[in-house]
Amino acid sequence: MSNLFDLAVTVNRVRYERAVEPHILLSDFLRHDIGLTGTHVGCEHGVCGACTVLFDGQPVRSCLLFAVQTHGHEVTTVEGLGTIDNLHPIQEAFHEAHGLQCGFCTPGILTTLVPFLEQNPNPSEAEIRAAISGNLCRCTGYQHIVDAVKLAAEKMRA
Amino acid sequence: MKLYPQHRRVDGIGKVTGKAIFGADQMPGHLLYGAVKRAGIPHARIVRVDTEKARNCPGVRAVLTAKDIPGAHGFGIVVPHQRVLADDKVRYFGDGVAAVAAETEEQARFAAEQIEIEYETLPTISSPEEALKSDAPLVHEGSNLAVEHRVRHGEGEKPPDAAVTLERTYRTQHAEHSYIEPEAIVAWPAEHGGIVVKGSVQNLFSTRRSLAAVLDLPLNKVQVIQTTLGGSFGGKDEAMTLLSCRAALLALATGRPVKMVNSREESFIESYKRHPYRLHYELGADKDGQLRSMQIDILADAGAYASTSQFVTWRSTVQATGPYRVPWVRTRVRAAFTNNNYTGAMRGFGSPQVNLAIESFMDELAEEVGKSPLEIRRLNAYRDGDVTPTGQQLPGKVTIVEALEAVARASDFERKWRENRARQKEAGAIKRGIGLACSYRGVSLGAEGTDAAGTLVAIQTDGSVTISSGITDMGQGAQTAMSAVVAEALGISLSQIRFLNTDTDRVPDSGPTVASRATIMGGSAAYDASIALRKRLLEFSARTYRGDDSDFRLEDNALWRCDERLMSFHEFVDKAFASGISLMALGWHKAPKTTWREEHGQGTAYFTYVYGANAAEIEVDTQTGQVRILDVWVCHEVGRVISYAQACGQVYGGVVMGMGYGLLEEYYQEQGIPRIKNFDEYTLATALDAPNIHASFLEHPDALSPIGAKSLGEPATEICAPAVLNAIFNATGRRIRELPASLERVLLGRQLRRHGIRTSLAKEAP
Repeated sequence: MSNLFDLAVTVNRVRYERAVEPHILLSDFLRHDIGLTGTHVGCEHGVCGACTVLFDGQPVRSCLLFAVQTHGHEVTTVEGLGTIDNLHPIQEAFHEAHGLQCGFCTPGILTTLVPFLEQNPNPSEAEIRAAISGNLCRCTGYQHIVDAVKLAAEKMRA
Repeated sequence: MKLYPQHRRVDGIGKVTGKAIFGADQMPGHLLYGAVKRAGIPHARIVRVDTEKARNCPGVRAVLTAKDIPGAHGFGIVVPHQRVLADDKVRYFGDGVAAVAAETEEQARFAAEQIEIEYETLPTISSPEEALKSDAPLVHEGSNLAVEHRVRHGEGEKPPDAAVTLERTYRTQHAEHSYIEPEAIVAWPAEHGGIVVKGSVQNLFSTRRSLAAVLDLPLNKVQVIQTTLGGSFGGKDEAMTLLSCRAALLALATGRPVKMVNSREESFIESYKRHPYRLHYELGADKDGQLRSMQIDILADAGAYASTSQFVTWRSTVQATGPYRVPWVRTRVRAAFTNNNYTGAMRGFGSPQVNLAIESFMDELAEEVGKSPLEIRRLNAYRDGDVTPTGQQLPGKVTIVEALEAVARASDFERKWRENRARQKEAGAIKRGIGLACSYRGVSLGAEGTDAAGTLVAIQTDGSVTISSGITDMGQGAQTAMSAVVAEALGISLSQIRFLNTDTDRVPDSGPTVASRATIMGGSAAYDASIALRKRLLEFSARTYRGDDSDFRLEDNALWRCDERLMSFHEFVDKAFASGISLMALGWHKAPKTTWREEHGQGTAYFTYVYGANAAEIEVDTQTGQVRILDVWVCHEVGRVISYAQACGQVYGGVVMGMGYGLLEEYYQEQGIPRIKNFDEYTLATALDAPNIHASFLEHPDALSPIGAKSLGEPATEICAPAVLNAIFNATGRRIRELPASLERVLLGRQLRRHGIRTSLAKEAP
């Protein structure tokens, strides 16, 4: 139990320094060590996409990374996108257009969409479906999610 | 296009910001973690359990087996024989034998692995057919026959003579609910000597009853609280009772909070599934296809425990003939115990299986008599005042033909169906097909049991409102639907309402949130509370501001006297409270009476029914067997739409779940050993697979529902699979009678399997 690694990582613009076991998953580090439970764990297999966070701006499965791999890097979770009083346009759109039901897969979808919509300000429906095809949702049948992404794109262009 | 009020979800902000607290997000202080030692074999007698090594592992605070349980060892809604921890035998691979609490999750899981169990292996029963053989070993004492229901309708021992007879067998698979949130709970000892349990529980009152019996505590010392639920679809009932009981036992044994979270693999292995059915259908019809008789024999796999098999198969029994007039019916539905995962409630609850059969069968009859799928349904579908095989005259307006015509018109069904058929033999690998399916469905619990619910509405002195209900939200949007009912009755906006998650200490037992009863039962109770409050407030206004009660109304967040706005809702309720008026009301709604006589399967099975239809258009790649669903047209008669966006959401999600059932999903076990343990092998539809869905609703407010609304959640998922199978026939001329219609079944007409146990599997048993 003594092989601790001195991890320094910036999460949602806050710098954290923690001594962690090298085998701790990023998802567990975020949830248990620094209390950011908005990142959800659905399969720990890299399939469902619920645990998606941004690693230096790119979406990654936090259940497939060790926390130590983020040493010196920047991680953004759903909590870093916006606050209740100041929602990110994607968050606003998902609320407005019913882009969620149970909400468990939502944080992973929102983080996936941030770089996608920044790079594709006016995506087609096919592009939207491809972008979120790595995120499983059992409630919505995806249709309202697609609508919400279109609305988000509109809001971000404005 | 009709305009509906646009409701935003009352729980939406927490869910988009990551602030919503799901079961596994709870992190109280001084927490211990629980883990379970599971059987890892399908059927065996327990000879000896040695926990010595586990007790000496680092961080371990308790190791419990069945003999440490103070109260009942078993629970179950029909037969209380499902053990919290196995005592005499293990009956399926996922049974738990011992539970461990330790300082970290890693320590708990490591210690659980150190528990040694000596077994005397018993033969595995892997199918219901095997289970019912006379020399079959028994899963439970008595008999492997778990349940048998019959319906007897029409005189005479033999079916009436018929020009056309047809006989077919269909099969369905085990399906997993696949809520993306795995089961999670935290239990802690309460100051009064009882227990508090908080987590992803669907049916808090049945879980509470089981906890009380297992812990030997009165109900008032067992508190069950729901966290935001990450999907359930019927799945977080017994699965959560099991987890809750184990966590509670560990919490009471250690005096500390205990958290238990299933990994996805544990969830697959342990949780119950949708029942696989073998459905044998025979019919007699006139030469033009008018039905004269039906004989139905269904056998379901109940798995290791009774769970809700009694009720699931009962719904199948009532609805087995579909929404069609059949003068002579003999139905028998049985379920048998096996050493597979136990099977229970899953969205649809016994209807997707019978709908697959009857809706395929109707298309096969149409083919036989040279009619189109729409014509055969028009000819046989129920009309107003028709009597079902259980002897019940259908109440109110019967809208099955209306729903069928709506999807047929929207999809241009007849033309496409004829053109696709003509093109089956033409060159080209990609074939188009269109298929139709419809259903009727009994609303709420019916004759299963007590059907009543309570919702508590509390207006605060600043005009904001809290609502709580015994009916739970699992993601489907029940909180928003109930809030919409209250907002409308009190003339306030939805943003003024906060909905509290269900807590058994604070709301009345409202039965389980199942059977698509949340809106009709919880919503009607919310309506009852709101109109009581409105009446109370308007009487106060009439007394205080002079006038008749009828001169006053609540609208636009204000009190009005005729056309004069007197004051804001906030100011008004503040004044009412200052005058000693109670601003809280408990609403209660009891469903109309239902009846059932088991012997011949006769009675008023459900107090009312809903009707719906799907048309699915697909492409089949005849070189690979791949089916792509392009569009699905949907029409449901729901009484009244409460929240349009959420109603569409139910349809979209239901159709895609039905599509998965039809094409993709199968939880497969080989000799009682699970072969599918995570989403890499259990294939859920992604955004790329999901079709365009065109939802429409028929509204005929139901006199038997105070708010006019009926059911939608389950109707939305129960007919997509047969519509797709019928479309495959239309495209290829090939009839698939077994689910799922995988690439192999479409291409080769049979399923390919990897036989033999993977080496990794033998080592991985948790």
